[in-house]
This record gives sequence, structure tokens and C-alpha cells, in this order.
Amino acid sequence: MALLQITEPGQAQDPHQRKRAAGIDLGTTNSLIAGVRGGVTETLADHDGSHLLPSVVRYTDAGVVVGLDAMNAAQEDPLNTIISVKRMMGRGIEDLKGLGAQLLYEFAETDGGMVRLQTIAGAVSPVEVSAEILKNLVQRGSESLAGELDGVVITVPAYFDDAQRQATRDAARLVGLNVLRLLNEPTAAAVAYGLDSALEGVIAVYDLGGGTFDISLLRLNKGVFEVVATGGDSALGGDDFDRRIAEWLVAQAGYEAELNPKQLRTLLSQARELKETLSDQERATVQVAVDDFKFSGELTRDTLNTLMADLIDQSIKACRRALRDAGETSVANVVLVGGSTRVPAVRDAVAAFFGITPLSDIDPDRVVAIGAAIQANILVGNKLEDEMLLLDVLPLSLGLETVGGLVEKVIGRNTAIPVARAQEFTTYKDGQSAMLIHVVQGERELVSDCRSLARFELRGIPPMVAGAARIEVLFQVDADGLLSVSAAEATTGVKASIEVLPSYGLNENEITDMLKASIDHARADIDLRTLTEARVDAGRVVDALESALAVDGARLLSAADIKMLQQGLVTLQAVAEGSDPQAINEGVEMLGKASEDFAALRMDAAVREAFTGQQVKALEEDF
Amino acid sequence: MDFNQNYFEIFQLPVSFDLDVDQLALRYRQLQSTVHPDKFVSATDHEKRLSLQWATQINSAYDTLRAPLPRAIYLLALKDVNIEDNPQLDPMFLMEQIELREHLEDIGEQEDSEAALKSLDAFKADVDARMAGLQLEFAAHYDADAGKAEQVVYKLQFINKLRQAADHLEEKLLDY
Repeated sequence: MALLQITEPGQAQDPHQRKRAAGIDLGTTNSLIAGVRGGVTETLADHDGSHLLPSVVRYTDAGVVVGLDAMNAAQEDPLNTIISVKRMMGRGIEDLKGLGAQLLYEFAETDGGMVRLQTIAGAVSPVEVSAEILKNLVQRGSESLAGELDGVVITVPAYFDDAQRQATRDAARLVGLNVLRLLNEPTAAAVAYGLDSALEGVIAVYDLGGGTFDISLLRLNKGVFEVVATGGDSALGGDDFDRRIAEWLVAQAGYEAELNPKQLRTLLSQARELKETLSDQERATVQVAVDDFKFSGELTRDTLNTLMADLIDQSIKACRRALRDAGETSVANVVLVGGSTRVPAVRDAVAAFFGITPLSDIDPDRVVAIGAAIQANILVGNKLEDEMLLLDVLPLSLGLETVGGLVEKVIGRNTAIPVARAQEFTTYKDGQSAMLIHVVQGERELVSDCRSLARFELRGIPPMVAGAARIEVLFQVDADGLLSVSAAEATTGVKASIEVLPSYGLNENEITDMLKASIDHARADIDLRTLTEARVDAGRVVDALESALAVDGARLLSAADIKMLQQGLVTLQAVAEGSDPQAINEGVEMLGKASEDFAALRMDAAVREAFTGQQVKALEEDF
Repeated sequence: MDFNQNYFEIFQLPVSFDLDVDQLALRYRQLQSTVHPDKFVSATDHEKRLSLQWATQINSAYDTLRAPLPRAIYLLALKDVNIEDNPQLDPMFLMEQIELREHLEDIGEQEDSEAALKSLDAFKADVDARMAGLQLEFAAHYDADAGKAEQVVYKLQFINKLRQAADHLEEKLLDY
């Protein structure tokens, strides 16, 4: 469990001290962590000097193994070695069946609908498996940056739906990470390129990873990155190329029996090698012998291209759609992300479609982590002068189930986030006191073709004749792209209670249980952690209010108000030196309450002055 | 946060159907650079909440004002004119709409997709011209006669849906 930095009681924390921030690319095949060292943003290596951590987790009698060692055991111990766990995040068993034969684990479903994998160490959820990968990366990050991380930005495919994002956040919660933001992978890549080469105009980010494909179009304007369209396929990636090659091997060998897990693993890793070899060469020889499967022969790049053609076409179609959604006909630049963009046929197809040579000078495997680290460094507060801002969008439409299994869209895809929309419902029976609402995500018209996100039961609707109640359901999507829902009856103002049953998520109890299991049960440790967190929180509030008072106190507040807040600061600082976490938390809350009006005044003033301030800056730039 | 401020006031732009969309986009970016949650990551919970509310409000305002139809509907709402779900429409206009729909269907049924796309381009140009005409009409009526402007909005809604249907057909023909 990651502990935040502790400042000794009585020893003032320097508000200007650099904070440790990192960007994490939690990938299907490989994961990376990047940070800023000596002013340079770079991916961080492990003890052996390798930057890429294979996203593989092996459960053994003796504990959990993550990375290369786990991957090397994949063939001998396939059932306990979890690969491509990202494809299972926020998914139910039915979804996984659709993902094909390479998922060869034994599944058990939980109440929440999220799958669990049977391993020698018991049943584990994809969230826990991902948490193991995160733990490994965070440890590497803390060692490289010489201290605990203050905050991280974790990237997700732009096409990830709410359940998949939530699952990613839950994994970070299990490791005790302070997640500053979930950032879309293509946006992260654009940030990495945008700051390096000062691109302007519309850029396309073509991101083909192991398991997912994303296309994003962003408009860059004086440091503001505005995502104008996203698209893609959360089940298309380099793994599919491998599978095509493996199928070809099976067909060439004329092998007709069903492959056992070991054979399948061997064929897939052989396929992967062939694909990589054919990125540099025109032809490659292959020899496979595993159990009773035997084949030797040759694969040419032309044949490989034929095998992959429709998959690549599928990605180009998504590019065409994104371009259309954005109302653009051409782009100024194309950025390549993801290891699968090393495949020559992919590069050629992208170059042909957009009519320009794609940029790839930053390693396509590392560019996402680097962009995330740049963003983390800004969010954590190390670069206050930086004017960069990311404006992202909702990747998939949110809707509700209506009569006949049809979807009523509430928020359309590519709507800028954060966003809130209200939708009104009414009762269809006299005296009806409850209502079931089913939230789905996707573009199709039928509920059965969309992703089920959650079912809400509204209770406590006041008794009225049918059609008289007006129940307003408010959907709010925050800057991480995560959805929350609230509801109220409008005519009486009665708030209906909501029970959230995430369709493929973990419920609060499951998370609490996992948290309990993952932290050391020693009471003292938990107490110390609670106290530490309370103090860090108090320090943060004191710093923020002190600097706010210094900047805006005199012009927005009366002398009496300033005095009141200053006294509050002194009181909280005194309380924070004590060792009662509850008292500290109460102090934080009290000072927060006392400064609410001041915060609102500051925000209003900032909005009023948004145009004047920036216009002055723009003028300065011009001269 | 002053929720009584109308969307135009948020951007400090005049309340009018004719709007400089580039200026709107510029001010949108300036406002978000001030209030976006990314600027409040280590702020107090209250400030985070304010930031989320503002950023959400600014996104709604921008979405409403940047496209002509929602902008027109919003302008009517400012005059307390609310759009009906099933408005009475001029029979002549409805006849015309039916004919246009039939024309669009015919285009979709053409065997030669190249030729279909060509007729579709002409069809879209025609629809766009009608849309532009209606927008001018709305702007002309809005100040003096909200009732007339309201009628124009109903027509705009029809034309907008027709335009979407044409886009869908194009996507189908181009095999998106």
C-alpha cells in the first residue's frame, strides 16, 4: 500500500517542493511508467534496464509474479498465467466468449456480473490482476523518482466504456494510488507530440495496440487540445493479427483436432514472432512442434498482408467515420501509437488514407506513457505557468432503455466532458412508487446491442395518478469520463433513492473486501495511514487557502473575513500537529466550509476576467 | 455561480441569432482554461465541485450556441416560447417535405451507387440552401415576432432531420 509522504509534526512542508508525478500506460500486452527526471520526461526502466513490463501476471503457490518471468511461464502454466487482462476489464462472461479462443481461463462469475478467473491462488478478478501490474510499475516509479508518488495519470483507450474505466479506477484504488486523471491514450500521445514539436491544426492519432484500436482527431490551438472526434474498436488489435497467423499455421499443417491450451499458446507466440520478423523482412521460415502439432514452412509478407487485410480495413473505416464526425476532410498530421503500427501494411494503409506520412519519431510503445507523465506533472502542480489544457469527449453515447428494448439516447458520443443532462420520466400506474431505469452505452438502437452499464431503482416516488409524477434523472459525466446518476421527483421535490447495480463492475462491498485483503491487517499500520492521510489533506487545504488569500484576499474579502479565515488556518495547523485523525478531518471540513464563499467569489471573478486576462497575454505574444 | 446568467452572457456575446462562431470557439477555450477540473486537481472539495459545475455549464452553453437549430430554440426559450412536440405545420410545407423524402428514397434505391452519390450531392446542396434560407427567416423574425420565429424553428427541425437522413444514406452508400 502506497503511503504518502509524511512531514514531521512541527516541520513545515514546503509548498513549492516538487511533487512526484508519473504517467502509467496500462496496456494489453505491455505496460509502462514514465516520469520527469532532470527536466526530461522519459519512461522508467526496471533493474534490468527494460522499459516495457509485459502485462502478464502469474499466480503461484509461492506468490504473485509479474512481467517477463510470468510471460516465460505462460506456456507451461497457462491457466495460472493471466495475459491480456485488459480485454477482460469491466466485462461479463458473455462478452469474453465473443473475444475468441485465446482466452482459455476458467471463469467464475460474481454477483456484480464481473468475471473471476480460477487460479491456484483462488479466484481473482481482472481488477485485482491489473492492480498487480500497477503495483509493480508504481514500485519501479518510486525507486526511479526516489520517493512515493504524489499522483499518477493512468491512460485508457478512448473507446473504453464506463464499466471499463470504472474497473481501471478500481484497480488503482486497490493499490492506494492517487489518480489525478484517467486520460485517453490517443490524447496522451498527442500531448507527447504536441509539446515536443508545437503542432497546430487538426491531428489524427492512430493507435493500434495489442487488443484495442483507437482513432482520435484533436484540434490543437495555443496549448489547448480539443478532442473533436473519437472512434475505434475495443476488440481489435495486434493480437488479432497473431490469431490470423496461428489459424493459417493450423490450416497449413492440416491439423484438425482441437488445440490444447499449451499448443494454442505456442502457436500464438510463434505467430507473433513471424509478424515481427516480417516487419523487417519479406519472408520468414517457421518450424513448430508442440505435442502432436507439427509444421514447417515459410510465410511471406504478401500472404501476411492478405491475412490481415480486412482487419486493417476495419480500422481505416473507423478513421473515415471519425473524420466525418469531426466535419473535417483532411488533417495536418498523423501520429502513430502502439506496437502494432510497426507492421508495414498498417503504416502504408494509414499513409494512403490520410495522404501524409505519419509521424513516428517517438517510440510508438512509449509515447502514451510519456504524454501521460507530461499531463501528470502539470496536474500535480509542478508547472503552474503551463497553459496546456485537454478538453476531452465522451467516446460512446449514453442512453436509457425504453419500452420494447429500444435505446433513448441521453448524451451523444463526442460530446465534450464534463457534461450533465437531465431526462424526465413519468409513472405509468396510479400510485406507482418505484421505477427501474437501465443505463446503457453504445450507438445501436437496441438495448441488446449496447453495453449495459447499470440498473437504477428509484424508490420513494410520492403516490400520484399515472403520468403525474415528473421524475428528473440527472446524468453527470466527469472529466475522467465516469458517469454518476441522481434523481428527484420534480413536482414535490422528493429525492428518490437510487440503488446502483453496476452490470459488470465490482460493488462497494467487494472493493472494501479487496482493500482489506490487500493492506496489512496490523492495526498500527492502518492508524498511521489514516493519520498520514489526514495530515496530508490538512496541509493541502492550508497551502491552497494561504495562496488564495495572498492572491485574491484583499480584493475580494472584507478585513473581517480575511481575519476569520486566517484564524481558521492557525487553528487547523495546530490541530494537524496533534495525532487525532478525526479531529484533523473535522478541522479540514470546518475550514473548507468557512472558505466556501471565498472559493465561489474567486471562481466568479476568474470567469469574469477570463477574456481580458488572456487577451492581454495574446497581445503580448503577438509583439 | 450565477445560473441566471444566460448562455450568451457567459461568453459575453450579444443575444442574437447571428453569432461569430470563431469568436465563440475562442472564448470557449479561454473559459475552459480558467474553470476546467484539470486546473483544480489539488483544490478543496468545494472548489472541485464549483469547477465541475462551471465546466459543465460552459460545455452546455457552447453546445447549445454553436449549432444554428439549438441556438434558435434557446433564443425562443429566452422569450419564454417553448417548442411543442407535435406542432401544426403549413400543409404546403408538409407536402414539400413528403416529396423531398420520396426523392431521397428514390436516390437510395438507385442500382448504380456512383450515380446515387452524385444525385445525393445535389440533394444535399438543395437541402442546405433551404436550411440557410430558413435561418435567415428566423433571424429576421426573432426580434419582432417570436410566434413567426417559432414556426420557422419547426420547419428547421424538419429540414435538419432530412439532412441527417441524407447523411445516413451517404454513409450507407460509402459503406462506413
